[in-house]
Amino acid sequence: MVEFALPPKSRIKPGKTWPAPQGATKVKTFRIYRWDPDKGGNPTLDTFHIDLDDCGPMVLDALIKIKNEIDPTLTFRRSCREGICGSCAMNIDTDNTLACLKPIEEVKGTVDIYPLPHMSVVKDLVPDLTHIYAQYELIEPWMKTDTPAPTSGERLQSPEEREKLDGLWECVLCFCCSTSCPSYWWNADRYLGPAILLQAARWVFDSRDEATEERLDMLDDPFRLYRCHTIMNCTATCPKGLNPGKAIADLKIAMFERTG
Amino acid sequence: MSSSPRTLRSALGRARGLGSAKTDAPGHWFAERIGAVALVPLGLWFVFGAVIANIGADHAAFQAWLAQPLNTTLMVLFIVTAFHHGALGAIVVQEDYIHTPWVKHLTVLLTKLFALAGGLFSVVCVLTLAFGG
Repeated sequence: MVEFALPPKSRIKPGKTWPAPQGATKVKTFRIYRWDPDKGGNPTLDTFHIDLDDCGPMVLDALIKIKNEIDPTLTFRRSCREGICGSCAMNIDTDNTLACLKPIEEVKGTVDIYPLPHMSVVKDLVPDLTHIYAQYELIEPWMKTDTPAPTSGERLQSPEEREKLDGLWECVLCFCCSTSCPSYWWNADRYLGPAILLQAARWVFDSRDEATEERLDMLDDPFRLYRCHTIMNCTATCPKGLNPGKAIADLKIAMFERTG
Repeated sequence: MSSSPRTLRSALGRARGLGSAKTDAPGHWFAERIGAVALVPLGLWFVFGAVIANIGADHAAFQAWLAQPLNTTLMVLFIVTAFHHGALGAIVVQEDYIHTPWVKHLTVLLTKLFALAGGLFSVVCVLTLAFGG
């Protein structure tokens, strides 16, 4: 059966508390999930008091400040710090989002930070993405054609055909959506989840691709596509403002259209 | 996500698993929606037209009402649609939450049998009453 409660080894215990620097006037409290596989034991929630007068505006700025100045063992992914790389996805103030796009000011009270929900944790805020990357590989996210490329070297599409990819190509694969989806929590082994299905749609609806039949065949399954129950957490949480729920609905309509 | 797999199979191999079932999932999905839409008027008719409108009626009066062809037809349609839609929904819930394969297959089978037997029994009751039983 589905596990509705955390297993005993995953239950979070209170951790260390780091005081605010002396003389700080604008103090914000951050509570951050910590778990170190080398130490074992249960995860803890460490508390950091940060002087916002000496910190950048985004949650990622605070995390980098903590790592640089308070606790260098704090572990998280980050790269571009401007919402393009998708690395710093985590659960902040109960929502999955990108730490680099989340202003600290938007969080009232304490800023609670956890790794993306319902994923195995590698360390602290770093989730194990092995399976979800394998699911991405499963949908074969590259153009597949039998027709040789034109001598000009470019496969053309009309402006209208190109427009169909808007809202799909912008995805940065941060997986905020998939890890907010209860269907993905319960059935990640077989359900592809909103992020991967949005990518599947990106290739199904690309007029230049010639493998639509094969791509839809691959989705013709009660779990891979149809575990989506239109809960719409995916669309609500997407830090890029995309609509994976609509992409999935469009896939279901395409699947149905070819049946009759 | 489920707990870490104890297998040496590659991540891609695990993600592909047994492959896509191709068991008419689009048909199941469409049937759910058609049933839901059909149950809006049928459900309203059942509550207001069949139950509330017949409150206080004796057996003979209700039998006469049910024996009208339109009422018999709507009642059978309501029963078939409700049992079919209910079974489809219940099966999806079981597939979502039951992760032991043999338990899941058993409960899904029992759900189908219950829907079939319950629906059939209800229809036979309606026809028996409508045709003078």
